[in-house]
Amino acid sequence: MFGLGDGWVFSAYMLCIASSILCVVYGILKWNSDGDTVKDLEQEHWVEDEIKIEKQL
Amino acid sequence: MTISLVVLYLLIIAFLGYLGYRKTHGASDYLVAGRDIHPYIMALSYGATFISTSAIVGFGGAASVFGMGILWLTVLNIFVGIFIAFVFFGKRTRIMGYHLQAHTFPEFLGRRFQSPFMQKFAGMIIFLFMPLYAGVVLIGAAKFIQHQFNIDYTTALFFFTLIIAVYVIMGGLKGVMYTDAFQGTIMFVGMLVLLIYTYYTLGGFIDAHSALTAMPVPPPLAAKGHTGWTSMPSFGSEFWWVLVSTIVMGVGIGVLAQPQLVVRFMTVKSNRELNRAILVGGVFILLMTGVAFISGSLSNVFFSKNVNNIEFCQITGAIMEVCPGKKIVTVSAENLARIRAQHPGAQINDEIDLHQGRPHVPTRNGSISIVAAGGNVATVIPQYIKQSMPKWFGLLFMLTLLAAAMSTLSSQFHAMGTAVGRDFYEQIVKDKTEAEERSVFISKIGIGVTILVSVLLAYILPKVYIRGEAIIARGTAIFFGLCAGSFLPAYLGALYFKKITKAGALAGMIGGFSVASFWLLFVHAAESSVIGLSMALFGRPALFGKTLGIVDPMFIALPVSIILTVAVSLFSQKPDAEHVDKCFKNI
Repeated sequence: MFGLGDGWVFSAYMLCIASSILCVVYGILKWNSDGDTVKDLEQEHWVEDEIKIEKQL
Repeated sequence: MTISLVVLYLLIIAFLGYLGYRKTHGASDYLVAGRDIHPYIMALSYGATFISTSAIVGFGGAASVFGMGILWLTVLNIFVGIFIAFVFFGKRTRIMGYHLQAHTFPEFLGRRFQSPFMQKFAGMIIFLFMPLYAGVVLIGAAKFIQHQFNIDYTTALFFFTLIIAVYVIMGGLKGVMYTDAFQGTIMFVGMLVLLIYTYYTLGGFIDAHSALTAMPVPPPLAAKGHTGWTSMPSFGSEFWWVLVSTIVMGVGIGVLAQPQLVVRFMTVKSNRELNRAILVGGVFILLMTGVAFISGSLSNVFFSKNVNNIEFCQITGAIMEVCPGKKIVTVSAENLARIRAQHPGAQINDEIDLHQGRPHVPTRNGSISIVAAGGNVATVIPQYIKQSMPKWFGLLFMLTLLAAAMSTLSSQFHAMGTAVGRDFYEQIVKDKTEAEERSVFISKIGIGVTILVSVLLAYILPKVYIRGEAIIARGTAIFFGLCAGSFLPAYLGALYFKKITKAGALAGMIGGFSVASFWLLFVHAAESSVIGLSMALFGRPALFGKTLGIVDPMFIALPVSIILTVAVSLFSQKPDAEHVDKCFKNI
């Protein structure tokens, strides 16, 4: 096991690298998602409300 | 060469601080950097704040004693401190923080639970206890500068603090984050070189590990549960408790409730920036703590095989220049085991002449790192760098450590100052409009005051406690324990549980804080014996004996705080539905 003494330390070593890879993969996969700023979201709500009000009128 | 490099470095810091100052046009810029920070800057600033000099030098030195089992802390640092923190805490904090118009961590909690008292209470914890954490980071940095440039400790402390004070007070969080990102970049390069060089010097990846695995464990370490540098200490032993409860869990989980880190989630425009920051942050932390721990452990092979043919003292086993021999050493709990290895009858407070009158004779026989460093954990990494690396790397590493200290300190100062201005002053002043106008000004004064307190602590503590190095790790642990015990359940409840009530969150916060304080003052021997209150009141350094005395405060305070938060929430007035809906909008 890469010259390491016990399974716990070997797992820690591997999990350090695995967690970093998880962060990298997550970052790449989600690179462009969740781009809505809160201000955008607020505006969406405002537009929805406007449409609703206009329909009611 | 050294001086010109440092001057260049300081000029760049000054320029970035000025840039932050130029781009700061109001409270929102000053407190949360205008909620418009680039993901790379955010990630590096978070990482560089997270990792202080004590994480590299203090914990890297601890790795030379505990071995690679300490890599579990790196696993938690990355998985909990970055992945969980950003994905499960950061995203919600950002959106909720915006809806609540929160600018600081206490303000976030106070507004979420509609409790101005909670904001003041959280602000008070930060204001009262963060100076201790900042103080010990200052001690580490100033001591390092003192040795590196051969100047007086007080002078080093004064000038170092002055430089940070100027750019934090002027530049606000923008100035802090720009300089953090630059410092993070230096740390990144420095640690990467250290990793490559360490494996290269020791004959490669597997050879280096095998050599470390093959090293025999000295009897004093084995008696405490040490089983080797590439295996875990024996289950339930003293070393196991310290490694698992204090180092791995205490620091690894405590990071989730650090006010100076939480505020960074509120500095970006959208969750997309947080997604991108995770990528940078994950790699950054691996290179920081991962490399420090691996190099710290492997330094044992370097010193015991004496790879670079260094001269050791024949009698103490320390590298000649740090050998504590010649002078007479007072036996303390910390060096007892080491001294007993050569003087079996030694008792605490005995004065031992380590050289027994014999002359200082050099030998080429190596020793394990902690012995080579003269018994001082904090000396292991600096000595390893000095003895194993080329000179240019020593310079780069010096900048790495300066950067690590400065980035952590600047964020601490900012968090403490805003706790005074925003969370305290604004809350107690009746005229809200006037209070808000003056908030930045008061925050600046608050930063000034907390800096003074921190510097005073950094000036006094090393005089009061001669074993100054131990206080660095202790101060950090105290603050992490208090934060996790006081804030974590309320913070998690704020983000995920609509049914947690104001009374529940408050009960958990006050209960957790009280239990953590009690445990630190009276039970956890490492702190209580240093603080001395237990000794003064009860005539014992720690109550409840040795077994409970090594269980970390967070282990007790966090469950108590969780139980109180949930139990009181079940029986108290439900939160206002409209307010809760507003908080959870878009989540």
